[in-house]
Amino acid sequence: MEAIADRIIPPDAETPGGKDAGCAVFVDRQLAGPYGQRDGHYNSPPFMNGTKQQGEQGEASPAQQYRKSLDALDRHCRSKFSGKAFAELVDSDKDSVLHGLESGDVSLDGADGKAFFKLALKNIQAGFFADPLYGGNRDLVAWKMIGFPGARYNYLDWIDRHNERFPLPPVGVTGRIDWTPKG
Amino acid sequence: MARKLPRKDVVIIGLGWTGSILANELTDEGLDVIAIERGPWRDAPTDFPPNYAQDELRYHIRHELFLRPEQNTFTFRNKMDQTALPIRKWGAFMPPNGVGGGGVHWNAETWRFLPSDFVLRTHLTERYGASFLPDDMTIQDWGVTYDDLEPHYDQFEYLCGTSGAAGNLRGAIQAGGNPFEGPRSRPYPNPPQKQGFGHTLWGKAAQELGYKPFPQPSGNMSQAYTNPLGLHLGPCTYCGFCEWFGCGNYSKASPQTTILPVLIRKSNFSARDNCEVMHINLDRSGKHATGVTFVDTSNVEWEQPADLVILAAFSVFNVQMLLNSNIGKPYDPVANSGVVGRNFTHQAMSSVDGFFDKDKFNFNPFIASGAIGMCIDEFNGDNFDHGPLGFVGGGYLGQVQTNGRPIQSAIVPPGTPKWGAQWKRAVADNYLSTLVGGSIHSSFYSYRDVYLDRDPTYKDRFGRPMMRMTIDFHDNELKAANYLTDKYAEIVHAMGAHQIHKKPRKGPYDITTYQTTHLNGGAVMGVDPKTSVVNRYLQSWDVPNVFVMGASAFPQNAGYNPTGTVCALAYWSADAIRNQYLKNPRPLVDA
Repeated sequence: MEAIADRIIPPDAETPGGKDAGCAVFVDRQLAGPYGQRDGHYNSPPFMNGTKQQGEQGEASPAQQYRKSLDALDRHCRSKFSGKAFAELVDSDKDSVLHGLESGDVSLDGADGKAFFKLALKNIQAGFFADPLYGGNRDLVAWKMIGFPGARYNYLDWIDRHNERFPLPPVGVTGRIDWTPKG
Repeated sequence: MARKLPRKDVVIIGLGWTGSILANELTDEGLDVIAIERGPWRDAPTDFPPNYAQDELRYHIRHELFLRPEQNTFTFRNKMDQTALPIRKWGAFMPPNGVGGGGVHWNAETWRFLPSDFVLRTHLTERYGASFLPDDMTIQDWGVTYDDLEPHYDQFEYLCGTSGAAGNLRGAIQAGGNPFEGPRSRPYPNPPQKQGFGHTLWGKAAQELGYKPFPQPSGNMSQAYTNPLGLHLGPCTYCGFCEWFGCGNYSKASPQTTILPVLIRKSNFSARDNCEVMHINLDRSGKHATGVTFVDTSNVEWEQPADLVILAAFSVFNVQMLLNSNIGKPYDPVANSGVVGRNFTHQAMSSVDGFFDKDKFNFNPFIASGAIGMCIDEFNGDNFDHGPLGFVGGGYLGQVQTNGRPIQSAIVPPGTPKWGAQWKRAVADNYLSTLVGGSIHSSFYSYRDVYLDRDPTYKDRFGRPMMRMTIDFHDNELKAANYLTDKYAEIVHAMGAHQIHKKPRKGPYDITTYQTTHLNGGAVMGVDPKTSVVNRYLQSWDVPNVFVMGASAFPQNAGYNPTGTVCALAYWSADAIRNQYLKNPRPLVDA
């Protein structure tokens, strides 16, 4: 997952990539919690295939989809890239596999690769931008990158200040980075 | 066998906006009132404190405050010859749950419909001729007029402390307001909210193009306000966490901030939360309700006898309750007979994204409120000549961006890869200089083949048939979407955007993409029992001691957010109950 997250959101000089931002941790925690089990969704049969407009009708929960797809992805890579798992590939090969999943050109054995890619993309990017409380957006790196000040609740002094950059650093629900002592 | 509780004068099903309004009005009348609410109790200070309410993932992405589909959902299909499948997780709309209902997590846009909206079929027929309307369009007059509702719109706006600029004061057009609105008896209780950079710039561009922009009427407070019930609201702080979120700052009008603190202190009011009403009970004649039966969290069934039943659930659940209670004849689109489920509609939202030069524009999109923004009404309802255009209806256009919450609003220009280094760079470059999802809030008129009925296969957790939605856009709505989207894009172009992404609503209707939660109709009001479920006072034609609140009464949807009209209708109905019905309980209109 970390290897995928780091290609979806590659590190650059200013901002860490998906791995160091904690996106895989985010996904892992989400899958272990209510989201991964589809708590609260309507999960009763009969399950029938419908139109695109009718939305997802599958029986598998996100946790089950990930488990099957990650396993199938590594099997695919090992057969194509002389025994190497996805995480062991060079970046350009990783990208070509991911592009193949996205387009449907790479099909996985026993899993829907295209649906998995769509799900993983959504979850990794959500983890990057969610409150750091959930494990991603570590040290508020994503919010710093875009200029989102986070979980603030009072901009009364700023509503009239048009076209000016807001100067204060981002803050999460659990506080600001410099409020937590290092070490 | 249900256990029987002591009789009450009134039982109210659902404690959202309309349930709270009716409870307060009828307890003022001295009646003993009980409200039964399916979801949990919610209070502003304890449930939405400003130290953790600003959590996009929890409240928006994971739907913290909403009904769980496992509790009750609907099935959906586009066409009558398809098999409807269950909505397994919410998408196109988000049904509310719990005390306060949608009033907890709405954006608080507080509009009035146009006078012509209430006499739609008559008005359009007079102006364009009957043959101008598509054959299968089933729009109709409401049976109530703007003038009937004006005092009650006023009542709701003063309850809420709505912030806005009057456009028509007793017939005199006011500069800076909406010149197309019906005459209002007084100004808004509060001045308009302040506007951010993007909203202001859009308003300027609209004005330069010859339109008459005005601030969106907002239930977010522009200043401290004390409402007629003596409740205090505080100024909105533009935190950008409004829709999908509760406001712990007492800055957003909701049942929690404007009614409930008074209501719950009355000795003649009580409420049961986490209790779901199964059906309204009728006597042997089938024409008189005796109360309701509900189930508590331990699955114990209770009977609550009452003289008067107020059905005040979310629109689709009102329809479901009527069908489960055998009140009114179910609609049959093939025979074109019956009424319950007929004239179901939603909204036809379109939008435009505008991308601007980051070195010249910094919008700080996170500084916003739920109902902030500048709008124009030139393309709403019948404010423009539809003759050459070949469609009817329309909507307001507005730069009403409510937030900069990044999971949803960190978008990139069309043509950018969806991931990887280029995507990352584009997100960083565009976040502060992009206007996301400019709002084209278009109407959805009613059609013979858009309706609600009972699903033959899927059941809710109590074994009751789910509501089946059969819904698709018709050419009329799609033509309107294209026309309005082009008009909107011209304004964004005039603002100086270097890239514009037009997103007119396209068919088929899709259950997975969010539009609005404005599901309307199915238990519509009107003058004829053959084409309506309730009369002009929202009283059931079939069972006169049942009144049905909410947007289920709308015979078709207009180009506005519905809450102002939903609550004006609730006050109008409450007034009829207090001043006509209670003195002599009877059908208030002869069938």
